[in-house]
Amino acid sequence: MITRTESVLAFSPQRVAAMMLRYWYLLRSSWPRLIELVYWPTVQMITWGFLQYYVMQNAGFFARAGGTLIGAVLLWDILFRGQLGFSVSFLEEMWARNVGNLMMSPLRPLEFVTALMAMSIVRLSIGVIPVTVLALIFFGFNLYGMGFALVAFFVNLMLTSWAVGIFVSGLVLRNGLGAENLAWSIMFLFMPLTCVYYPVATLPVWLQPAAWALPPTYVFEGMRALLIDHVFRADLRLMARALNALFLAGGTFGFLKLLQAARRHGSLMQTGE
Amino acid sequence: MSAAPAIKVERLVKIYKQVPAVDGVSFVIPPGSIIGLLGGNGAGKTTTMAMIMGLLTPTSGRAFVLGAEMPHQRYRVLHRMNFESPYVEMPMRLTIRQNLTVFGMLYGVPDIAGRIDQLAEALDLSQLLDRPTGRLSAGQKTRVSLAKSLINSPELLLLDEPTASLDPDTADWVRAHLERYCRERGATVLLASHNMAEVERLCERVIIMKQGRIEDDDAPARLLARYGRRTLEEVFLDVARRRDEAREAAQ
Repeated sequence: MITRTESVLAFSPQRVAAMMLRYWYLLRSSWPRLIELVYWPTVQMITWGFLQYYVMQNAGFFARAGGTLIGAVLLWDILFRGQLGFSVSFLEEMWARNVGNLMMSPLRPLEFVTALMAMSIVRLSIGVIPVTVLALIFFGFNLYGMGFALVAFFVNLMLTSWAVGIFVSGLVLRNGLGAENLAWSIMFLFMPLTCVYYPVATLPVWLQPAAWALPPTYVFEGMRALLIDHVFRADLRLMARALNALFLAGGTFGFLKLLQAARRHGSLMQTGE
Repeated sequence: MSAAPAIKVERLVKIYKQVPAVDGVSFVIPPGSIIGLLGGNGAGKTTTMAMIMGLLTPTSGRAFVLGAEMPHQRYRVLHRMNFESPYVEMPMRLTIRQNLTVFGMLYGVPDIAGRIDQLAEALDLSQLLDRPTGRLSAGQKTRVSLAKSLINSPELLLLDEPTASLDPDTADWVRAHLERYCRERGATVLLASHNMAEVERLCERVIIMKQGRIEDDDAPARLLARYGRRTLEEVFLDVARRRDEAREAAQ
């Protein structure tokens, strides 16, 4: 007899590839979907790029802190677009009324989640890589100049985006498309607290512990340390990693519980509103 | 030794907000048989099917499929079964070939391209394989759903209203194909429907449900003889009205 643990651990790369192929077919078949991936990050980067250009001409501090605004915008986009890439791929199944087909197939939740993670990287790459090139051309900001630090920032931001994406997918699975708006807006709840554009010290003292409880805060603080003081803070990276492990465990646990609840309440049969 | 049942359901109950949708249903389906689950709207057919498929956890009772208890042991058997239901659809932007390729990979089908060609020929889809699923007629979509449900040559096929919204000719064509598949593969089929003619033609046994309970369970010929009726539709109406009359008498 197979145990529940065995069934969770059984993992088929072919089934992950099947789901990635499904999303790739979808992206390939729809140019509005492809344009949507690039459009908003480009608009964001250009707007903030000009703002940065303006303040650099007028303030000595910002002249020294060259690129912090554009850097923050690009890193925020990695966080936001990473979560959106995960959640939208999941929502595609809800919109297509295909969840029942998938849940009745041998596809395991872990394989499904792995495919969604991989697709969030693909979607993010399509959206953000061209924008980083534009940032270099228009504003002389080279994101890749951060070197190893960029890899550390990227990994931590992706882990957070997946943790949030997994949890939101569980909420949509349990509550139907009525909860869809959460997928689009939940990351903005984090925005003021993760201190994307300003140091944590700017927040009231009583709010700072909440900020430090969020992994992206460490990334944005780390970016400022790198761009302003030219120091890579390994301590911040480690804290972000540790918190991300907790977030991922919490997100996965929440997803599995919500999937269980969806099976109990019949939500898998009615994936509409 | 006799073969294990394809489906075994024991005192299955599903309650939504204190209202029983399925109320103590038990039956056994031997392998290789085609069984009809008959009942009007709200009879509990789809809920029973969903519990058998593992999409829904029963409030109490147990459902076993090919020897595995659902939903806890579903991964032991999901690759050996498949289903078709009007409550799910295939992704519309993907072509038929792309959809079948994805599901072929999910089910671990060895020669996917060969299997797709086989199904396309059998279900008259060869000319449509590279057309997006969303651009098909209702009849063509039903054939695609049927192709998806047969992609892994399942031992057990669960069909929920497989010919709903089809014109009589296409519906008849789908039934003929199902009959042929089951005969050749020796597959078990549980068919939920409120199309009496369909059930009468395909099924060797009929389980009639009403208000979440089994009202009767027998071979169509024996049901006709017992109720003294000429068609299953008349039997169904007798069963449907019997309880209503009993309830009125009690009141």
